[in-house]
Amino acid sequence: MSHIPDTPNTLLKIDSLSISYFTQRGSISAVDKVTFEVNNGEAFGLAGESGSGKSTIAQSILKLLPTNAEVLNGKILFEDFDILHMKEEEFRTKLRWKRISTVPQAAMNALTPVHKINKQIIEAITAHEHVSSEEALKRTEKLLETVNIPKERGKDYPHQFSGGMKQRAVMAMALACNPSLLIADEPTTGLDVITQVEVLSLLNSLKSKLGLSLIFITHDLSILSELCDRIAIMYAGRIVEKADSRSIFANPIHPYTKALIGSYPDIENGKDKLATISEIKSKTYAGSDCSFYSKCEKSVKQCLEEKLEYHEVEKDHQVLCHLK
Amino acid sequence: MTTRLVRIQNLKKIYKKSSTLFQKLQGQSKFVNAVDDVTLDINKGEILGIVGESGSGKTTLGRTILRLEEPDSGLIFFDGSNFTDVSEHSEMKTFRRRMQMIFQDPFESINSRMKVSNIVAEPLEVHNIASHKREKRDMVMRALEDVKISPAEDFMDRYPHELSGGQRQRVALARTLVLKPDFIVADEPVSMLDVSVRTELLHLMLGLRKKYDLTYLFITHDLAVAKYICDRIGVMLLGKIVELGPALEVIHHPRHSYTKELRAAVPVIKRK
Repeated sequence: MSHIPDTPNTLLKIDSLSISYFTQRGSISAVDKVTFEVNNGEAFGLAGESGSGKSTIAQSILKLLPTNAEVLNGKILFEDFDILHMKEEEFRTKLRWKRISTVPQAAMNALTPVHKINKQIIEAITAHEHVSSEEALKRTEKLLETVNIPKERGKDYPHQFSGGMKQRAVMAMALACNPSLLIADEPTTGLDVITQVEVLSLLNSLKSKLGLSLIFITHDLSILSELCDRIAIMYAGRIVEKADSRSIFANPIHPYTKALIGSYPDIENGKDKLATISEIKSKTYAGSDCSFYSKCEKSVKQCLEEKLEYHEVEKDHQVLCHLK
Repeated sequence: MTTRLVRIQNLKKIYKKSSTLFQKLQGQSKFVNAVDDVTLDINKGEILGIVGESGSGKTTLGRTILRLEEPDSGLIFFDGSNFTDVSEHSEMKTFRRRMQMIFQDPFESINSRMKVSNIVAEPLEVHNIASHKREKRDMVMRALEDVKISPAEDFMDRYPHELSGGQRQRVALARTLVLKPDFIVADEPVSMLDVSVRTELLHLMLGLRKKYDLTYLFITHDLAVAKYICDRIGVMLLGKIVELGPALEVIHHPRHSYTKELRAAVPVIKRK
């Protein structure tokens, strides 16, 4: 095929992706010229608050956008597939679940309560691959063990599982066809800290054992800091800052990134006052190209006059802001 | 000098668990000690945090202190008088006016069919406060301004769906404040909110404590939040308080192995 990603190491490349939702009140831009790559075996974190567009990106990679959403521009390249130009049928048979799978938001409710765990995972396997039921059961048992669930528990119903176990069962299901990319959308939201650690360390070990690439979507920066190699911070549909996870926390540049990091209470050190992100002062962007302008406390003259462009702070650390 | 506002002595709440026939035949325990012999003092003006994982009984503890759940045994004293003995409706109301609760999910805890003004005014009606419309309106406005829903005038006629999650939670807070309570049980009040909004609400709660000398029981699973807002923290495990102490002490020098485990489980932003 003609679309060969930049380097052989790149698994997924999203190039200048823009997505809008069409509603009765007009169109709303949800994703605005988003560009990033995910490399083989890498955990990439997409961070942002609700409404920043992070889940919309996930849905577009899986070709699962709601019907009122439209991709206006951009490319999604996975290996040598051009996802946006693939027909649904082709995508379903070649990529979805087999190469790219997902752990959805609120995965605890993703299991049907009326079937046993085994049956649900077997179903995921046989829906995508032609294998005998014995073979599928064997694989299911192995998958459960991969996610640290004893294989006998596959005979249980979801309600007999704890929250963390359900989450891991859904992960087993996501791994059913040996995908190379797993998109995890807020997979630990709603779990308490102890269970969260279980899930995160499992993801970490899957990443190193299976060489799995991850896109980890969350609003919780502390989780990304523990898990991800590179992180992109989203605000109002745009990536405002993108860097490796060390550099983004050690040297954040964008005022939004700073405020977001500052709004996490630091459990290790003293008791500094938390940063607040002020409410929108006005709904209009007051002519600025920057959507954070109306909330930004550091705005300068250029913010109103010049278009924003990404600039490189250091190697692999880009920021969409006039401040340096 | 610290004065005690709430004292709980040997409080117990036991839930009956549904058991399978097999368990019944084996004579296995059918009971869960959700709150198991808890003794606590809450001082006036302090924020006492209760942390623990889901199922540790922290919510039940909060609800039992307010007698939203009747305790199976133990005593609750509120401002010196025995709250456990109160049975008469009118007397109960006097207590209830002074002790309020806010809940985790602001999408469910306020009635989506009522206007903001009515949501906040409802407790006044329940407690027969403010007979004049004008007076009631003033009180509602003041409560809304207190939680920074301002200008209150603009929000009075809105419905909850026109508000953001953070605004809803603040309306829920206004609804308790309108009664001028002394004690508020806040059950995971920020866990459904976005980070930026979360900080705002925490600061708001701190400001209100100062302004009205409020006392909070702050229930959370988030140790970092607890450390930030609480004066003291109690760690709950299987219905028992296993460690209790000044917030910084509990977080930085945990003694109980479970507290250490909880502490180690908190993801940390590596800022350096």
